[in-house]
Amino acid sequence: MTDVLNPTHIQTEDHGHEEHHGPTGVLKWITTTDHKVIGMSYTITAVMMLVIGGLLAEIIRAQLASPTGGLVSLAQYNQLFTMHGSVMIYLFAGPFAFGAIANFLVPIQIGAPDMAFPRLNALSYWLYLTGCITMLSGFFTSGGAANFGWVGYAPLSNSMNSPGAGADLWIGALLLTGFSAIFTGVNLTATIFYLRAPGMTMFRMPIFTWNMLVTGILILLAFPVLTAGLIMLYADRHFGTHIFSVAGGGVPVLWQHIFWFWGHPEVYILALPFFGMVSEIIPVFAKKPTFGYKGMIFATLTIAALSLGVWAHHMFTTGVVLLPFFSAMSLLIAVPTGIKMFNWIGSMWRGQVWFSTAMLMSIGFVITFLIGGITGIYLASPPLDFFTHDTYFIVAHFHSVVMALVLGAMGGLYFWGPKMTGYLLNEKLGKSQFWFLFIGTQVFTFPQYLLGLRGMPRRMAVYPHDPQWQFLNQLSTLGAVLIGISTILFVVNVAVSWKKYPAGDNPWDGHTLEWFTTSPPPHHNFYRLPKIRSERPTWDYNHPEHKALAHGHNNEDVNA
Amino acid sequence: MESTTLPPQDAPIRKRRSRRLRLIAVLPFAALALSGCTLPKFGAVAGDTTSSQSVFHLWQAFSVAAVIIGGFTFGLILWASFRYRRSSADAIPRQVQYHLPAEVLYTVLPILVIVGLFAATLVVENKVTANPKPSTTVNVLAFQWGWKFTYPGSYALVTGQTTGSPEMVIPAGENVHINLRSSDVIHGFYVHDFNFSRFAQPGIKNEFTFNALKTGTFFGQCTQLCGLYHSIMFFKVKVVTPQAYKVWLESFNTPAGIAAYNAANTAASQQTSTHVDTKPTSSSGAY
Repeated sequence: MTDVLNPTHIQTEDHGHEEHHGPTGVLKWITTTDHKVIGMSYTITAVMMLVIGGLLAEIIRAQLASPTGGLVSLAQYNQLFTMHGSVMIYLFAGPFAFGAIANFLVPIQIGAPDMAFPRLNALSYWLYLTGCITMLSGFFTSGGAANFGWVGYAPLSNSMNSPGAGADLWIGALLLTGFSAIFTGVNLTATIFYLRAPGMTMFRMPIFTWNMLVTGILILLAFPVLTAGLIMLYADRHFGTHIFSVAGGGVPVLWQHIFWFWGHPEVYILALPFFGMVSEIIPVFAKKPTFGYKGMIFATLTIAALSLGVWAHHMFTTGVVLLPFFSAMSLLIAVPTGIKMFNWIGSMWRGQVWFSTAMLMSIGFVITFLIGGITGIYLASPPLDFFTHDTYFIVAHFHSVVMALVLGAMGGLYFWGPKMTGYLLNEKLGKSQFWFLFIGTQVFTFPQYLLGLRGMPRRMAVYPHDPQWQFLNQLSTLGAVLIGISTILFVVNVAVSWKKYPAGDNPWDGHTLEWFTTSPPPHHNFYRLPKIRSERPTWDYNHPEHKALAHGHNNEDVNA
Repeated sequence: MESTTLPPQDAPIRKRRSRRLRLIAVLPFAALALSGCTLPKFGAVAGDTTSSQSVFHLWQAFSVAAVIIGGFTFGLILWASFRYRRSSADAIPRQVQYHLPAEVLYTVLPILVIVGLFAATLVVENKVTANPKPSTTVNVLAFQWGWKFTYPGSYALVTGQTTGSPEMVIPAGENVHINLRSSDVIHGFYVHDFNFSRFAQPGIKNEFTFNALKTGTFFGQCTQLCGLYHSIMFFKVKVVTPQAYKVWLESFNTPAGIAAYNAANTAASQQTSTHVDTKPTSSSGAY
């Protein structure tokens, strides 16, 4: 700790005397409060959820390859897409972002020894793991898993229409993972506000940390609303309340308001961490600072603010919220998102772009997110939403977005995996994984856009009257197979590269503090810290003659 | 905010950019003005009602903006990644972090485009959600897993489940007012060729108006997950001439038709529903 407070003091050898003597092996993983070990647990669990969710998706796509299906029954199909969406949204995307990568990275990026509340952090993980098991155990109940879609609209989710235990397990799992997310939000926010190293001012924080701060605040604003809604839903199902039932004087559409008041900020709770990852990866592999650093931070804050006022754009077709306000707010989100897009392009502009796997994944993210973002603008317009809502156009839109996040997640694993484990992944396998994932994503989504415009609704187990949709569906299934192959390549890569390519402290010539410490970092993260005088302390330390140019100095001659 | 002094050679670049800015901002409106005579369809259908055609033109306007802005941005991404591939592992580029004119440009320009798209949205939305004086009213009741169509002021009644695809008969060229309800869970009333969908919800009556341009039979189906047979909760919209429509309505005014009507309503009211109308005389629907 003295070294942290005395950043100029450089300690080169005798690392050994600070080593932490805690339990090892299984006991370490169970009893730890170290944010790095918890982050690793989160990473492993979340990637397993990604694989499970992906397997469910492959079954869905296999069923849709033929108009009459035949692989699964109508009832099983409803469970499949419900659990696919739930696993991916609740158990993979969010926890991977704020539980795995952020948990590991944020304290290191701000030069802190751990999270602000290490034991709360451990509780978050165990709640999350319990939630995963709870949700998936729905498959082993007599009635099967939840089957009312990942949004659980009332009154389909009431005890009359969805009587099984699977639905209750789904609600229970969401309560557990919801509290897990809230505690992580508390932890991230407190850590970032209170545990920054000397010199690490707010505007010297890495973009990823900034995005995690905003994500943490959004979690605190949004998740309690979902939790409250879930308790109401559970009360309706079991305690005889009538909050969402017409017969008892309740209002079913209230569930949609509550759900989407959480649900739209949730979109950014999912996306912002991946925006942050890509915003770290691209500048490092272009060897430039993040273009428009401050503009990007304000764009992130704007997105967060707007995200709280757009929930009703999920409900235009209910007919009860046609206020143009929601359309205007939703359209406006395109502006800060566009700023980010141009920041990423500007970070590469006139750089020295190194096509590592992490960089390819990030460029793939930017392209795929561009497609998902632009199709999202259509949906902010109520008349266009009327005829695309609940069709495959929507499915394609949000899969463009979430598959961009998967590309970002993979980029993050290739980029920070070496920091977490000390070993690099094989670049050759990584690049073939990228091409399968990137091409697979486009082959998967493009036919779905067309299917939606041709009138195919979502959540259809069969389409017996419309055999003309079969070819596009098969094309989409082919895309899903390519994505599946990319996942297998990732698993193969982890196995092949296991402890094979030592990473060293700073394999990518990184910018931020995590590249200043060892891979993996020691128990309390740092033996020493560099001077923090910009958002790139490690770069400044390694390249003191190449500091970022100030405002207005962009047209100077290089050698002047 | 730090002040920025630009060297003089930057000025012509800015001028060119602001011209491009104006061009892009104007394009969506130009596209709307062209009304799709020469524009591609961008995958959608023009639709067979008056408002569906407005929606289609809005779709085209959004698509033109999307293709231009998306194509421009896509080109920039590819250019930035391939043009600036690293020359050697040690080369370090100039560490440019800010470029205020560019930053202002990519903030202001999207705002202008958004204002244009929002204005177009407002115009079309007001048209699509308007409920002009109807000449015909149809009460639509969605239930698990079928549809029931009744016509206030007549004994006409059509109902059917799943692949039975009941037909909603409406006249062409007239304002047909739809009162949409659900007796159980949420359903989606969706007619692809009308470029329109609306939720049927318990406890809420949704109203909208169709004005079909031509006769024909159009497929519709439930779009909102409603349980086991959601995938096959079909219906049809049969648009006929006003004369044929009158004849069709009258065909129910027989002892057999009246008996069937009353039987259906008695059965419905005996079951559970409080939403089913019992008297065929109300013109606004008895829900």
